[in-house]
Amino acid sequence: MEDTTTPAQAHPTAATYLRIAAILVIITVVEVGVFYVPAFRPLMVPILLTLSAVKFVLVVMFYMHLKMDSPFFTFLFGGPFLLAGAVMIALLFLFGVFALGR
Amino acid sequence: MSHAATVHHTSMGLDNRKMAFWAFIGSECLLFGSLISTYLIYQGRSISGPTPAQILNIPVTSVSTFDLLMSSLWMVLALAAVQRGDMKWAKIWLLGVAVGGLIFLGFQYYEFSSFVHEGLTLQANLFGATFFVLTGTHGAHVAVGVLWMLTLWVRALQGKLGPGHAITVEIAGLYWHFVDVVWIAIFTLVYLLHK
Repeated sequence: MEDTTTPAQAHPTAATYLRIAAILVIITVVEVGVFYVPAFRPLMVPILLTLSAVKFVLVVMFYMHLKMDSPFFTFLFGGPFLLAGAVMIALLFLFGVFALGR
Repeated sequence: MSHAATVHHTSMGLDNRKMAFWAFIGSECLLFGSLISTYLIYQGRSISGPTPAQILNIPVTSVSTFDLLMSSLWMVLALAAVQRGDMKWAKIWLLGVAVGGLIFLGFQYYEFSSFVHEGLTLQANLFGATFFVLTGTHGAHVAVGVLWMLTLWVRALQGKLGPGHAITVEIAGLYWHFVDVVWIAIFTLVYLLHK
């Protein structure tokens, strides 16, 4: 795999940034397509959540440079992010959002 | 690389401003996590309309999402330009980010105005209350980001921004990209997966 980082900053090159942008746009188009195509309706939730997660990870890893930066920054971001996710899931269970037959 | 600006390193060898900003972004995760949770908990529990299915405009929001994604690209290009000392392109990309943010805010103003016109206000129902608080808080973050980008752009015009100040632009970029990833979550959870 080609080295996409510059030695001085260890940040991706402009070409990598453009590739990531293209992927983000394509995923967004696919998301909107999935929303409008009735055939995807039964699997819409897992598909859209997965695509959204991929976009999230791409931006955080490449545009916010967590892939290249100190792991301590990943800890500073990842810790509260996981805590927020856990609190969200707990609240959704607590208020019956995931309850069957609603 | 020349370092005109003062370097602020911690005992870990990391820039203290960047470390503090990542901690701030972590706290922002909890803020937006609570707002998104509140929206999802009350989703579908409004006893009167308008409902999300009746009012949300997916094509318009898709365009504003595209605009915000592009502004994130321009932000990293601005940072790369500052790092290599290409201030001409740094100024262009920084202004592009600010304009991209303003366009996003314009879309949000149009959306909010049309919703209010159709009867959805903060007081109308649970959907209105949670929707406007969540997307309004995000919009306020975009507005702060636009002011930040314009400040950097003016400093670049004055010749007070160079490769030695790349960390300043990088931290502004972290903020802008965080605003972008929050929108990625809102676009999916609020707009595409509405009930």
